[in-house]
Amino acid sequence: MSAKDHIIPVWFFVGVLFLIYGVLILGSGLAEWSHPPDTVLAELHAPVWWGGVLLLTGLLYCIFYAPWRNRA
Amino acid sequence: MIPAFVLLDTQHLVRLSSVDLVIIVLYFVLVLAIGFYLKRFAKTGEDFFLAGREMTAWVAGLAFVSANLGSLELLGWAGSAYQYGILAAHWYWIGAIPAMIFLGLVMMPFYYISKTHSVPGYLQLRYGSAASALSAITFAIMTILMSGVNMYAMAVVMKVVLGWNLNFSIIVSSVTVAVYVAAGGLFSAIFNEVLQFFLIWFGALLIPILGLYETGGWKGMVARIQQNFPGQDYTHAWRGLGHFQTNPMGIHWTGIVFGLGAVQAMGYWTTDFLVVQRVLSSKDIRSAKMAPIIGSFFKMAVPLIVILPGLLGLAVLPMHLVPASDAHAGDFTYNEVLPLMLARYCGPGLLGLGITALVAGFMAGMAGNVSAFATVWTYDIYRPFITKTAPDKHYVSMGRWCTLIGVGISIGTAYLAMRFASIMDYVQALFGFFIAPLFGTVLLGMLWKRVSKAAGFWGLLCGTVSSVGMFTLMKLDHRWVEVFALSPDAKGLAQDMYQALWSCVTCTVVTVLVTLVTKPRPDYELRGLVYSLTDVAKEEHASLFHKPVFWGMVSLGVLLVLQFIFW
Repeated sequence: MSAKDHIIPVWFFVGVLFLIYGVLILGSGLAEWSHPPDTVLAELHAPVWWGGVLLLTGLLYCIFYAPWRNRA
Repeated sequence: MIPAFVLLDTQHLVRLSSVDLVIIVLYFVLVLAIGFYLKRFAKTGEDFFLAGREMTAWVAGLAFVSANLGSLELLGWAGSAYQYGILAAHWYWIGAIPAMIFLGLVMMPFYYISKTHSVPGYLQLRYGSAASALSAITFAIMTILMSGVNMYAMAVVMKVVLGWNLNFSIIVSSVTVAVYVAAGGLFSAIFNEVLQFFLIWFGALLIPILGLYETGGWKGMVARIQQNFPGQDYTHAWRGLGHFQTNPMGIHWTGIVFGLGAVQAMGYWTTDFLVVQRVLSSKDIRSAKMAPIIGSFFKMAVPLIVILPGLLGLAVLPMHLVPASDAHAGDFTYNEVLPLMLARYCGPGLLGLGITALVAGFMAGMAGNVSAFATVWTYDIYRPFITKTAPDKHYVSMGRWCTLIGVGISIGTAYLAMRFASIMDYVQALFGFFIAPLFGTVLLGMLWKRVSKAAGFWGLLCGTVSSVGMFTLMKLDHRWVEVFALSPDAKGLAQDMYQALWSCVTCTVVTVLVTLVTKPRPDYELRGLVYSLTDVAKEEHASLFHKPVFWGMVSLGVLLVLQFIFW
């Protein structure tokens, strides 16, 4: 087995980034819930649901492409 | 610590919150970490320049599309959609999909079987040193110029939207790209391009979602555009193309079908090494055939995050945007429509994500350019003409240095691009000069074994010279526009398409004529390089769903449905 067989899958990096972004954006959306920013359609609270989508996507990618699963 | 006055100019559209800054900084940290992590795997030339030829079809396919999604692509085409309407989507549909499928099904087997490392490398095998050197030198020049333009486009947006100093944006972003590509080579570039692909989609997709919600859907958007710009048709892709005067682009359907679809797009997607290099990194021939086909489905969907925001800008923005050449203080230009829409809908957090998407687009485009430049310089100019025999390690080291030097020269060309009033003119002209004739040379070489070495060189040279000549004549005297672009009403992009068409025709005619009076190469020298002398695995035993040709036909079917919907 070559060293390259142990490369962490690119999908795992995507998962980590999206997981962190999801937490940050969802958290920021919840924090501004009662005083939304001065943007169009702020009443839809896009950071909350879009942050949730990012968090969920990131979590799924982290679970399915975790490098330790590959080595098991 | 960098003083605030260095980072911020006085005027800007939005102010980033601390969560936005954390999101942007995290992105920079991750791309650098990936570069340093992958450095240990990029030891040989094959690793550094072709990612070890170990990429799956999905990774190669996403990197293939992502390398093309530079900041110029995102900002420029969103601006073009504001200027020309849905006609700009042709560059994603007929101007990309047939060519990507043609690359996967017809041309990729030759690139892959010949084990070439680059497109000029294929020309070296097929036509010898003269054609290869001409192609390598013109490609190296074009790549560095494109990289600089890409960099400048991003820096201008960062200045307008965030007030960031131009020099700060250019230097921080380009140094980051230089570090991660020099460290991990194509491995690193491809990994980051896949990451950037996801970021671009998730960062930009909210704009069409919220925009369509605001306008009440597609019909509501069309109604608002008609109200804001009465008498102009921005939402039909083909209906106004019967005459040069009946569409905002001033183009005829022949320019779109033959100039764009048959020449410019075929040339770009099948011979521009920036994108072809990603596919060459595939782990086997089936992956190499599937990668562009997988990419074609995503490419077809890109208008959702690029063209639709431009159309929504026509519908909802309170101000009218202007061309860069006519902009006065306080005006916004076409190229700023995407950031303006981002600022309209996105508050803290989402704004950081959107800005990161734009930065990711820039980095993907620039990494694509510098990694392709490093490969072509090292393998097609340095090795055959300067240092012919050296250990593999020496060429890897040259690739690393070349990446750093390429970025340095790109920074210079970014400042050169500032002198041009219209960046898109500059870019399309470059493609017309170098890519359209190259397509004629490569295709004839693959399909006709009779074509001789001299014919390949002279065809390519005459095609390139004719393209530069047509461009110069049309810029110097408008009467030439009617001659080459078939109508005095043909505007910039229309002129570019006809210029590409005629330069490819010139290349083909010269190649055929020279072939007829020169001696062909013997068959045994052309095995694996020419269609009639190459055994390509037919995949007869693969199931329907595993056949690239099946997915290619599905992709073409979806393309046809889209043309019907937006006719």
